[in-house]
Amino acid sequence: MRSIIEYLKEIVFGVWSLMQGMKVTGSYFFRPSTIVTQKYPDNRKELVMYERFKGEVVMPHNEKNEHKCTGCGICELNCPNGTIEIISKTIVTEDGKKKKAIDKHIYRLGMCTFCALCVKTCPSNALAFSQGFEHAVFNRALLIKTLNKPGSQLMKGVE
Amino acid sequence: MEEKVKNITTEEQQEYVINMGPQHPSTHGVLRLVVSLKGETVKSVQPHIGYIHRGIEKMCESITYPQVIHLTDRMDYLSAHINNEAVCLAVEKALEVEISDRIKVIRTLMSELTRIQSHQLWWASFGMDLGGLTCFFYGLRDREKILDIFEETCGSRMIVSYNCPGGVMYDLHPDFAKKVKEFIRYFRKILPEYNQLLTGNVIFHERSKGIGNLSLEDAISFGITGPSGRASGFSCDVRKHEPYSAYDRVTFKEILYTQGDTYHRYVARIEEMWESMNIIEQLIDNIPEGPFAVKMKPVIKLPEGEYYQRVETARGELGVYVISDGNKNPYRVKFRSPNFVNLSVLNHIAKGFKIADLVAIGGSLDLVIPDIDR
Amino acid sequence: MPFDIYNFTSFTQWIDSSLHNAMSPFWTALTEMVIIGVLVLMFYAVVGLFLVYAERKVCAFMQNRLGPNRVGPFGIFQTIADLVKLLFVELIPIKNADGFLFNLAPFIVIIAGFMAIAAIPFANGLHAIDMNIGVLYVIAVSSMGVIGVLLAGWSSNNKYSLIGAMRSGAQIISYELSVGLALITIVILAGSMQLSVIVEAQRDGWFIFKGHIPAFIAFIIFLISSTAETNRGPFDLAEAESELTAGYHTEYSGIKFAFFFLAEYMNMFIVASIAATIFLGGWMPFHVGPWVGFNHIMDFIPPFVWYIGKTFFVIFLMMWFKWTFPRLRIDQLLTLEWKYLLPINLVNVLIMAFLVLMGWHF
Repeated sequence: MRSIIEYLKEIVFGVWSLMQGMKVTGSYFFRPSTIVTQKYPDNRKELVMYERFKGEVVMPHNEKNEHKCTGCGICELNCPNGTIEIISKTIVTEDGKKKKAIDKHIYRLGMCTFCALCVKTCPSNALAFSQGFEHAVFNRALLIKTLNKPGSQLMKGVE
Repeated sequence: MEEKVKNITTEEQQEYVINMGPQHPSTHGVLRLVVSLKGETVKSVQPHIGYIHRGIEKMCESITYPQVIHLTDRMDYLSAHINNEAVCLAVEKALEVEISDRIKVIRTLMSELTRIQSHQLWWASFGMDLGGLTCFFYGLRDREKILDIFEETCGSRMIVSYNCPGGVMYDLHPDFAKKVKEFIRYFRKILPEYNQLLTGNVIFHERSKGIGNLSLEDAISFGITGPSGRASGFSCDVRKHEPYSAYDRVTFKEILYTQGDTYHRYVARIEEMWESMNIIEQLIDNIPEGPFAVKMKPVIKLPEGEYYQRVETARGELGVYVISDGNKNPYRVKFRSPNFVNLSVLNHIAKGFKIADLVAIGGSLDLVIPDIDR
Repeated sequence: MPFDIYNFTSFTQWIDSSLHNAMSPFWTALTEMVIIGVLVLMFYAVVGLFLVYAERKVCAFMQNRLGPNRVGPFGIFQTIADLVKLLFVELIPIKNADGFLFNLAPFIVIIAGFMAIAAIPFANGLHAIDMNIGVLYVIAVSSMGVIGVLLAGWSSNNKYSLIGAMRSGAQIISYELSVGLALITIVILAGSMQLSVIVEAQRDGWFIFKGHIPAFIAFIIFLISSTAETNRGPFDLAEAESELTAGYHTEYSGIKFAFFFLAEYMNMFIVASIAATIFLGGWMPFHVGPWVGFNHIMDFIPPFVWYIGKTFFVIFLMMWFKWTFPRLRIDQLLTLEWKYLLPINLVNVLIMAFLVLMGWHF
């Protein structure tokens, strides 16, 4: 007799525990307000990334097309993957001195691991992270970027 | 030829060898299990690893100490922050740098958040292994909230690279404390729902109780750490036995069970989430003031010698062993990764159970494959 | 009778007689067969596609997701887009597979479902054949699908497929028993195996209410075992994607895979409609004994709507099961059948027979 009671108890407990699970899924089913997914490409405009988000490395330029990069090469040294390559040139300043300056700051997005060491160690704060996250391109060559804009110059006062 | 055929016993002839992985839904990565079956019963499991071997230990020998950190993220990507912390602690130990209380508390908070999000993802995928697909979405939904907190402070979601030798990369975001409290309040409400959906379920009980038993002796001799080891009664919580960061100033319980089956490995992780929330609540209200990083030399050189630091990741004990010859690059780095060790027990405990149980056991060990191969 | 305005008997008879007047009996029969075949085929396709969409939406809502929302408003054309894609997908030839059986399997699966539809009464007088052993026919035909599953698993030359097929065989053979006994409970109550008679007998109350607790238990058992019979979660061991990748249809691609896929949903529709017909009164409106006004209002809802509504209710229950529970293991699956469902079922049949004998039902 006891075994029959045990048997029935087992069934009742089993069904009860199954109902508990169904209660959870059922309650979400009838509450569409709890939906968390977003319609991504449609909501591009409202999509705001956090200010510190590490999208990709950029070199901010001001309105006079000047940047702060002196071409010292510390970012290149600190990058663990060889993502950054700096090609420098010698220019003649106004007062006739020869000076090393940046020709091209090459950044290979495909190799970047977003460790932020370049941005962190830059002595003149020339690099920053942008908010963009849509990195997909059809051609691998497009992932190799030159960060300084053509014709840009070193900002005055930055050594 | 004749002889060869004779040597094969009928037992061996009846073996049905299937190849789970490297592409299989329940190996959670590129792990290959060669499973010998008899009917549905598993006779032996032979793991083949190395499909995602990137040579991280060797790579470490050619880069500087701050650069090593971003590689450790990519080992156990679910407890990325804790891996970072291990390397940083080892470097700080070698240099004998005294770090401020604020840094310690920040690291502890982040580590515990990492632990919760890792267990959430584990719960999600474990539910999916057992066929309850809805678990997967609930787990990921709640994990997203922690990832948002990470993103706001660290700039990235999973591979945070937030630590650096001597502190952390950035200060905490002003909203950090508020958001974490909000999350804790939310998750304390949600976690019982997890239990309703899966833990209490009679099918789940049947699937997990008494499956894959691991005795205490075996757990110790195989070196199973983390929640998997603690479910067998192996008191191996590094946070308790060798407190690092701010773990010596919080009170928490080490979750110990003695049964060591799949169900208790599961419950141990669920309970750990509660404990992690307790730890966070103890620290979040009084984060000490101070600098978020100690000023280090631009080129970090460790004094000659050997250094070892162990931490408790979400999966067990991670050991970082650094040999330095005084240069800016380490001479040798060895990671004692918990997953590699935990995988070794799979054949031992899955033998004699059904193939469906193998999936459950593998899920309950919570393996992260890149950490196995490194 | 007020709902005779929705009686299709005269309509079908009119078609029959006008065809008879137009041509010889042989051609009449052939034309009717073709008409019915085309109608059922269209119905099959539409319901199958709709159920795939419905399942995706239901599970999405349970999982806090939006579900398909790209193709058409609320994504309603998503499954059609998927079908078109599947039509264009390459049919991958399998080395060392048994070609004939491999190609035959999806047809057997789909034909089994196709045949079962014939006996189901959609509305008053709207069914292909009204056999006097309708219940038996439905049970017999719907269990034929497992042959297709077994063939698919055996002929694929894939180890996962073979395990899946063997599991499916063991599962369906045992659960067939519970389905049969659960239906027998109601057959005892109705006193007939003819589906139209069973529906007619529920004019003053559905069997699930009329038959007291035994009918309710039979309904629950039918629901569980028919979920198992259609290979749906939590009994989807034959395809168990976390263990066997995709089980018996691992090696199928393109339209052959689509056949299996559609057949799964169609089987679900068929068992749901059997449940609706036998336990929930088929196309009969919901009546509460003495409330004449209420009953009258209910009568104005067309029987086809009642039938579809009930069927979808049962389908929703089955989807709810699938998206909530973890999967059982094969031995537990058989334990559930032989240790729990079968004994309960036998006792249940006994109680029902006793109730009917004593005339204690409504």
